[in-house]
Amino acid sequence: MAVSLVRSHSEKQAGYRELVLEAPTIAPLVRPGQFVHLRIPRLEHRLLRRPFSIFMADQDTLTILYKSVGTGTQLLTQVEQGEAVSLLGPLGNGFPEPNNDHIPLLIAGGYGVAPLYLLASRMARTGVLFVGGRTRTDILCDDEFEALGWDVQIATEDGSRGIQGLVTSALDAWAANNAGAEPAELFACGPDGMLRAVGERAITHNWKGWLSLDKHMGCGMGACLACVQRIRQPDGSIEWERVCKDGPIFEAREIVWEQENEDNHE
Amino acid sequence: MSDSDAMLDLAVNIGELRLKNPVMVASGTFGYGPEYADLVDLSKLGAMVVKGIRKIPWEGNEPPRMVEVPGGLVNAIGLQGPGAQGFVDKYIPFLKQYDVPVIVNIWGTTLEEYGEVAAILDAADGVHALEINISCPNVKEGGIAFGTNVDTAANVMQMVRKNTRLPVIPKLSPNVPNIGDFAKIAEQCGCDAISLINTLPAMVIDIETRRPVLTNTVGGLSGPAIHPVAVKLVWEAAAAVNIPVIAMGGIQNAQDAIEFILAGASAVAVGTANFVDPMTPLTVIDGIADYMRRHNVQRFSDLIGALDVH
Ligand SMILES: Cc1cc2nc3c(=O)[nH]c(=O)nc-3n(C[C@H](O)[C@H](O)[C@H](O)COP(=O)(O)OP(=O)(O)OC[C@H]3O[C@@H](n4cnc5c(N)ncnc54)[C@H](O)[C@@H]3O)c2cc1C
Ligand SMILES: Cc1cc2nc3c(=O)[nH]c(=O)nc-3n(C[C@H](O)[C@H](O)[C@H](O)COP(=O)(O)O)c2cc1C
Ligand code: FES
Repeated sequence: MAVSLVRSHSEKQAGYRELVLEAPTIAPLVRPGQFVHLRIPRLEHRLLRRPFSIFMADQDTLTILYKSVGTGTQLLTQVEQGEAVSLLGPLGNGFPEPNNDHIPLLIAGGYGVAPLYLLASRMARTGVLFVGGRTRTDILCDDEFEALGWDVQIATEDGSRGIQGLVTSALDAWAANNAGAEPAELFACGPDGMLRAVGERAITHNWKGWLSLDKHMGCGMGACLACVQRIRQPDGSIEWERVCKDGPIFEAREIVWEQENEDNHE
Repeated sequence: MSDSDAMLDLAVNIGELRLKNPVMVASGTFGYGPEYADLVDLSKLGAMVVKGIRKIPWEGNEPPRMVEVPGGLVNAIGLQGPGAQGFVDKYIPFLKQYDVPVIVNIWGTTLEEYGEVAAILDAADGVHALEINISCPNVKEGGIAFGTNVDTAANVMQMVRKNTRLPVIPKLSPNVPNIGDFAKIAEQCGCDAISLINTLPAMVIDIETRRPVLTNTVGGLSGPAIHPVAVKLVWEAAAAVNIPVIAMGGIQNAQDAIEFILAGASAVAVGTANFVDPMTPLTVIDGIADYMRRHNVQRFSDLIGALDVH
């Protein structure tokens, strides 16, 4: 736990902001895929912290990339440089070590690009980023990935950038062209519906698929059991696991999805 | 530590149980021990109260299980847990590393099950007291179903009492017309203390979907919103009995805790506030010590019930 000072806070593009926090006790420990549980200043009458993936981290700062979606994230936009913010972190399991013999395919929906960027920036090799969103302003960080030497494939639902359709269409096109050429490993973060579709691809193509789940959280520390997800165990049984502590990253084959798609991401 | 600090005596007895200070963590808000242990030295707590367990492992409710509301949260976790033996095997070895009394919150769906859980935990080395949950609003059978009727509450208390030599602490429901009756029954059944309050039954509706937010439809309200309700109930319960009262409900700081103590509580438990700031139990302990210094009170026990009613 730490009290961090805001080093900078700026709009990245319409609707998305970047918050840079001085967190010398947390930042050096961060592994890609982990998150911080942040107490939003001046969020009166609301108690809970809000979880945000770590987008960038160096020795003394960490950055989050967020979208305003409700009361808390709206208020977060007003936080100013120099202000103190309370953080718990780094939390969660993080992505596993990538297999360098496999081409990494990263699939991002909206702010889901945040943990994938940290992952890519620490990978020993480059791969393909598939990034999707409703419209062109939901496409984030394509420049950053290109600067790292990644192949960036864009899909928007309204066709305003890249191919028109879902990010999984772009992934399917890639898979069709590269059939059998090279083994791949998937890493994805985004809304449940997207993750589920990506997970199906991973299983079909016999790739590992590491999916970062987005669940409403209470404590963020594994204590309250608010954030549970059904996970298939090695012995075949199914148990609740805590997205905050045992996750947020699970392998596609482990996740037992709900019957109904309760996609309330946006 | 100054000389006056050395004189401060924060210790308190709950039946045979001696607590080094009066601040515990409330069941269900601090896990089973390991969850917060990297942040909070468990040995500094007055007691560690673990999440409710029944005899067998239990799945709890379907998510969503928690929703935030102004001044609190409504939860319907539904007492997910590893079962009595699972708890003993998995968590007692960990908890034994700390110098902290372990209080296990227990429940069942039948009278017999309450007795069986009590017996299993009685046999386990490393459990120091049992808190009987007869007040959880989030399970269809058990919990509050036993706690809102004086006779069934008494049956559960006697059953647990018969099955253990450990201190027994029934946790009372706030959802009763006269809390004093339940407190008295606990005393008559030979219980060592009572604790209160559990969450208040509550409901939140999503007006866009026209559905309850929680899959369980209803849940229990906790957090600062319930604190004044809890103070009044603790005050009434403490007035009705001579056994110690452990108070909880919306404690966020030492002031909230001291209100309970003045109203008659011998100890307090921090719940929902742990989710906001895991250091809350420790800042409450420091704040109580501070208050004692400011008011020239050397022994914590002198504060208990020291309320001046107009
Ligand atoms: C592991 C993880 C990583 C995340 N990373 C990012 C990120 O990098 N960038 C980003 O913009 N957002 C991220 N989110 C989502 C972010 O936490 C929510 O958008 C935020 O909590 C919404 O808060 P609010 O007060 O604005 O919304 P409200 O709808 O007013 O919040 C009400 C309640 O719902 C919870 N809640 C609402 N939406 C979500 C959600 N999608 N996920 C979890 N809890 C939610 C809030 O915490 C709060 O308790 C992440 C979520 C998780 C679980
Ligand atoms: C997420 C959550 C889980 C809880 N689980 C239990 C439980 O297992 N057994 C129990 O007796 N009380 C349980 N409670 C109730 C608390 O122990 C406490 O009585 C109540 O929340 C009031 O205190 P607070 O306002 O400080 O949280 C739970 C409360 C919350 C918020
Ligand atoms: S948010 Fe509390 S257990 Fe995951």
